[in-house]
Amino acid sequence: MTDTERGAVLRPDRDVGIVGYGAYVPRYRLPATEVARVWKGDQRRVPITEKSVPGLDEDVATMSIEAARNALARAGAVHPSDIRAVWVGSESHPYAVNPTSTIVAEAIGAVPHTQAGDWEFACKAGTEAVQAGIGLVGSGMARYVLAAGVDTAQARPGDALEYTAGAGGAAYLLGSADEALAFFEGSLSYVTDTPDFWRRAYQRYPSHGGRFTGEPAYFKHILAAARGLMAEMEVEPSDYTYAIFHQPNVKFPYKAARRLGFEREQIEPGLLVNRIGNTYAGAALIGLTAVLDVAEPGDRILLVSYGSGAGSDAFSIRVTDAITDRKGRAPFTLDYVDRRVEIDYATYVRYTGKLRI
Amino acid sequence: MRDVAIIGVGQTRIDEHWDLDLRHLALEAVQGAMKDADVEQIDALYVGNMIGGQVTDQEHLGALIVDFAGLRGVEAFKVEAACGSGGAAMRVGYTAVAGGLADLAVVVGVEKMTDKRGGGATAALAMAADAAYEAAQGLSFVAINALLMKRYMHEYGYDHADFAPFAVNAHRNGVNNPNAMFQFPISAEKFDSAPMICEPIGLLDSSPICDGAAAVVLAPVDIAQALGVDPLVQVTGSAVATDTLAVHDRRDPTVLDAGIESTRKAYRQAAIGPRDVDFFELHDAFTIMAALSLEAAGFAEKGQGVRLAQEGAIALEGAIPVTTMGGLKARGHPVGATGVYQIVDAVQQLRGTAGENQLTDARIGMAQNIGGSGATVVTHILERVEA
Repeated sequence: MTDTERGAVLRPDRDVGIVGYGAYVPRYRLPATEVARVWKGDQRRVPITEKSVPGLDEDVATMSIEAARNALARAGAVHPSDIRAVWVGSESHPYAVNPTSTIVAEAIGAVPHTQAGDWEFACKAGTEAVQAGIGLVGSGMARYVLAAGVDTAQARPGDALEYTAGAGGAAYLLGSADEALAFFEGSLSYVTDTPDFWRRAYQRYPSHGGRFTGEPAYFKHILAAARGLMAEMEVEPSDYTYAIFHQPNVKFPYKAARRLGFEREQIEPGLLVNRIGNTYAGAALIGLTAVLDVAEPGDRILLVSYGSGAGSDAFSIRVTDAITDRKGRAPFTLDYVDRRVEIDYATYVRYTGKLRI
Repeated sequence: MRDVAIIGVGQTRIDEHWDLDLRHLALEAVQGAMKDADVEQIDALYVGNMIGGQVTDQEHLGALIVDFAGLRGVEAFKVEAACGSGGAAMRVGYTAVAGGLADLAVVVGVEKMTDKRGGGATAALAMAADAAYEAAQGLSFVAINALLMKRYMHEYGYDHADFAPFAVNAHRNGVNNPNAMFQFPISAEKFDSAPMICEPIGLLDSSPICDGAAAVVLAPVDIAQALGVDPLVQVTGSAVATDTLAVHDRRDPTVLDAGIESTRKAYRQAAIGPRDVDFFELHDAFTIMAALSLEAAGFAEKGQGVRLAQEGAIALEGAIPVTTMGGLKARGHPVGATGVYQIVDAVQQLRGTAGENQLTDARIGMAQNIGGSGATVVTHILERVEA
C-alpha cells in the first residue's frame, strides 16, 4: 500500500554515514499548563508536558554551534578544516539576509574552504541538509559535511501552537561509512504542494490550516515516505529497532507509528516532544540523537521528518560497532532534556521578545 | 396535487473531504441517487446549501451542479434556509413534482465547510442568526444554543450530564453507518467531561464541522409504480413553518413554535399523529435541539424531552427511535446537506436497507430539519407503500 514509485530511493555511489552527532536543548522550560493558565485553556488537556525556551543569549546560531561542537567531539580525530559544507536548516534563522551557516562554520573552524548555506523547508529543513550532505560526501566531492536542524520555534501568543513551539536541535557530521557510527542504507523523499503552515515575509508568527495540518499534510507525507522507503527496500517495521517521526505533539507520532505498524517501544526512545516541545527543523533530528545515545551495533533505525508545505524525508539507518566508543564523548541528549529550569509565562515572554511596546 | 415518491437516494460519506470540491461532493450524491433510481434524465434539480458563498466563494450552485453532472440545460437553483436548507430544497422538489411541474426532480444537499480556516465556518454559521440583534452582539451560533440550553436546564432542573443519552445514542448508531463521520461509540462519562465549547455546551453536545452531499430523486407515485419501484417510499407530509430569527423575540425560548406548527401540518397531511411515527430523524445539531424537537413534535411534554431520552425511548429498540443512522452528531452535519441526509436515512429504514441499524417493521418515518435556532422548521413524513 504505497503511492510512491519504484526507483525513488536515494543511494549515493559510495556509502555515507554519521561520523559524529550532537544535540542541544536550552535549559528553560515552560509548562504547557502555564500557557493554558494565561490563555484560559483547559489545564487538564494540554498537548505536551513542557517545552524548551531559549535563553536571552541564545538563537539558532549559538544552538547550532553547541550541537556542532558535540558532533565534532563524537567524531574524534576529524579536523574541521576537512569539512566542505556547513549547512543549517531552520525556520528561525536570526537574519533574513546573512547566513547562520557562516557563523557556525567560523565558530567550529571549518572556514574558509567550505560551502555554507541556510536551508529552509519548514520542519524538514534539517533532514533536507542531511540528504544533500549525503550527496556531497557520497559523490566524493567532500570528505565531511556538517548538517544541522535547529529552531527556536515561533508561535503567536494564544495560538494552539504556543503550547508546543520549542527550541533545540541537532547536528550531524557526515562522512564515509567506513568511519561512521551509523550509515545510511537509503532515503526517500515525498513532496507535494500542500500549504498547511506558512509564514510570509515580514510576518512575526506563522499561520496554519488548523485540522488541515493533520490528515492531508503530516500523515499523508509521513506515511507515504515511510511506506515507499520500506517497500522498495523490502523491509518491515519489525526489521527496525527504533523509529523516529517528526513530532509536533505527542499524539501525531504515536498515531503515525500505529498506522505504519510500529510498536510504542520502537518510537518512545526518540520521542522527546513531551519534555522539550516541537523543535521544528530540529525535532526529528534530535530524536535520532536520543536513539543513537542508546543504540547498539547492528540496530536499525527509521527516521522520517515532516516539513509543512509539504514533504517528508525517510531514512533507513544502520548502527555500526563504532557507536560503542563514540556515544559517550559528548553530553547525552537526555542530559540536556533533564537539565531544566522552570519558568513562568512572564519570563517566557521576556526571554522570547514577545512584548513589544 | 400528485402523490410523490422517493425513487432513488445517494450520499457521500461525511468527512473532512480536503481533496474534494463542493461540485465533486454534489456529483457523487446526484449520480448515486440517479443510479439508484435508474434514471438518466431529470426535469429539475434543487440544491440545498447554506454557506457556499461564504466558505467556498461559490454561489450559483444550481447551474454549476447540473452542468458538472452532465445535465446541462436542466432547471436548477439553490434553496437556502440556513441549516434547514436541505429540508427546504426537499420541500421545493416535492412541490414541483406534486404540482405537476416536474416528473423527475433531484434534490441535492451539499456543504463544504472545511475550506475556511479557523473561525471561518463559525462566522458563516452565525449568518443563520439575526445579524443585527444577535450576531452583532457577539453571539455565535453555538452561543445562542448555549443560552437556550442554559435556560432549559434552569427551568426544568437538568444537569449537563442528563443530555448524554442523545449523543451516546447518536454515536452508537453511527458505528454501523458506513457514511457516518464518527463510527465509534462514546460513553456518558466521556460526554460529560468533554472540552467545553460554550457553557453548558461541550464538544460532545455538538455536531461536527464537515463536508458531504446527499441526494434523492422524486417522482409521482404513478410513474414510480410504472418504473417498478418496490418497496415504494411515499412523501405523505411536507410542511414548513417559521418563527422569529432572534431567540429573544420568541414567545418562549425553550419551545420551538415553528416545530409545533410544522409537525402539526405534516401530521394533518399524512392523517397521522405522533403515536403512528415509527422513528424520527430529528435535528440534533446540539443536544438541546434534540430535546426541543421531541417536545415540539409531540413525543414528550414540555421539559420532558430529556426524560424521554433517559428512559431509553430514543434507542433503536425504543418507542421512538431518533437519529437512527447517527444523526447530526455522529453521521455529521454538513449544514445545507443535512436535511437531505435525514431523508436518505429515513428512506433506508423504510426500504429495509439500514443494515445493522434496521428497525423492525418501520413503516412511517419523520424527518425534521431546523434552520437557525428554530426560525425555520421543515418536516417531512415518509411512508412505505407496498407495491
